Amino acid sequence: MDIIVLVKQVPDTEAAIRVSDDRAAIRTEGLKWVVNPYDEYAVEEALRIREALGGSVTVVCAGPARSVAAIRSALAMGADQGVLVSDPALEIADSLGVARALAAAIRGLSFDLVLAGQRAVDDDAGLVGPAVAELLDIPHVSLATKVEVQGSEILCEAAADGGAKSIRATLPALVTAQKGLNDPRFASMMGIMKAKKKPVEEKDLVALGLSAADVAPQSRVTGLSFPPERPPGRIIQGETARDKARELARVLVEEAKIL
Amino acid sequence: MAQDVLVIVQFSEKGVAKASLEALGLARELADAHGGEVLAVPLGQGGEELAPVLAAHGADRVLVSGDENLTPFAPEPHLAVLATEIGRLAPRVVVMGNTLQARDLAGRLSARLSAPAAVDVLSVRLDGDEVVAVRPLYGGKVLAEIRLSGSPVLLFPRPNVFPVRPVAGKGEVETLAAPVTAPRARMEAFIAAPAGKKELSEADAVVSGGRGMAGPDFSMLEELAGVLDAAVGASRSAVDEGWRPHTDQVGQTGKTVSPALYVACGISGAVQHLAGMSFSKVVVAVNKDPDAPIFQRADYGVVGDLFEVVPELTAALRERKG
Repeated sequence: MDIIVLVKQVPDTEAAIRVSDDRAAIRTEGLKWVVNPYDEYAVEEALRIREALGGSVTVVCAGPARSVAAIRSALAMGADQGVLVSDPALEIADSLGVARALAAAIRGLSFDLVLAGQRAVDDDAGLVGPAVAELLDIPHVSLATKVEVQGSEILCEAAADGGAKSIRATLPALVTAQKGLNDPRFASMMGIMKAKKKPVEEKDLVALGLSAADVAPQSRVTGLSFPPERPPGRIIQGETARDKARELARVLVEEAKIL
Repeated sequence: MAQDVLVIVQFSEKGVAKASLEALGLARELADAHGGEVLAVPLGQGGEELAPVLAAHGADRVLVSGDENLTPFAPEPHLAVLATEIGRLAPRVVVMGNTLQARDLAGRLSARLSAPAAVDVLSVRLDGDEVVAVRPLYGGKVLAEIRLSGSPVLLFPRPNVFPVRPVAGKGEVETLAAPVTAPRARMEAFIAAPAGKKELSEADAVVSGGRGMAGPDFSMLEELAGVLDAAVGASRSAVDEGWRPHTDQVGQTGKTVSPALYVACGISGAVQHLAGMSFSKVVVAVNKDPDAPIFQRADYGVVGDLFEVVPELTAALRERKG
């Protein structure tokens, strides 16, 4: 079973986000970068499937040079090899442009299953995974909380509006990982050492048979701002918990018009 | 350029999804501003019966297909019909409420049509040949203005942001004839959430518990939620402790909610949690630590033991409700 895992490097979720003076981008100096948390579930699932069925796990990442750290993290968990898709044209690409680059990289590899996080916690769009499936002309299952390989098919459980569903798909397929799929392992010291020696291939768009025009953005960020500040809140006063609760109920109903 | 707006309508045996009615309201607004029609597309068995409801919310044309491959929902057959019809009708904008079902279609549709997409949209305007949308990034820590060019532009508005607007459209029904291919990924079973469990992202009120709950017993919050007709959520700490299912998590690595009322109980207010609830209209925090960051984001704060305050609040609200 040859498995591809798509990973992205994103700012740590505990990081405060600052905006550049021209409001066109976030300020990246001093920012702590991590593997997108949902991608860690995808890496873990790939490793578990490989451990059960044999095969290989290849990590594919699109991003600037620093993103190689995300690949090394996945290699330290146990993935076999990595591909970094890096090109100046990708730095302004939108989700579809990135999906095209990733799909081109995957086409050059052997695969039965592609795993990805259900969304990246930076742009929060959740477009890339299913777009890659479309470009590869394979079925996908999004928001999976369970993946079981059954011969030439997979049986998944996935989040759905108003509940959950079980979905059967033919392989090759793409699955996006939702929280709850597994508990990702921590890399061991041995794993971190080994990761340094594992192969990571770097490819630009030309190497993938693409040009800058193929990833030219149709959507672009033209301004970043912060959500409006909330006016200072009010601490409800009272002698006892009961007094405070009753006063809170009063203001919620009379001032905030709740109920 | 055609100024029509096409709405992908999601429905179940309970009727049209609220997020789809909101999407229709937005579509009607965009179409009226630019002299276009609203085309509603409820694909699957039973879609035709929804025509009166869709017309009452602004649909001029209702395009239906009861092809057996469209029910239950599977991404590929829906995508095939949508791509064909969008190609034929050439709408300026395609709108679908950003539900989990939309997550199955958005990326594929964007790739199939080579069309730009904006997900979790908070506001929209048309500006010449471009569509300008505002959407949150980094879990809502930042708002981005995004310009989308191309036709069509795909917009997935965040649920609970745009109002449901009763406004009449012509409601003419057309049946689509295109054959539909069988899906390679198909649903075998649907496991409904327990009866009475409200969907977090669509609820008008949310009561959430964090580490301060000190254990898996959330019955106190469920009672408060009952009075407020609220969904029950949880912080990442509470989910990581195994007290609540991951589907209940509110935050940057969970669900983003924007209810009219958000009640945070025993939640300190980590940056990643605040990101998931910062669009709530009224925020209430109950926490025994007066320095908890959640109080900086709360409209009303109660410093106190939640195990004392919450039951009293439930009782007081119940009394006021009569």
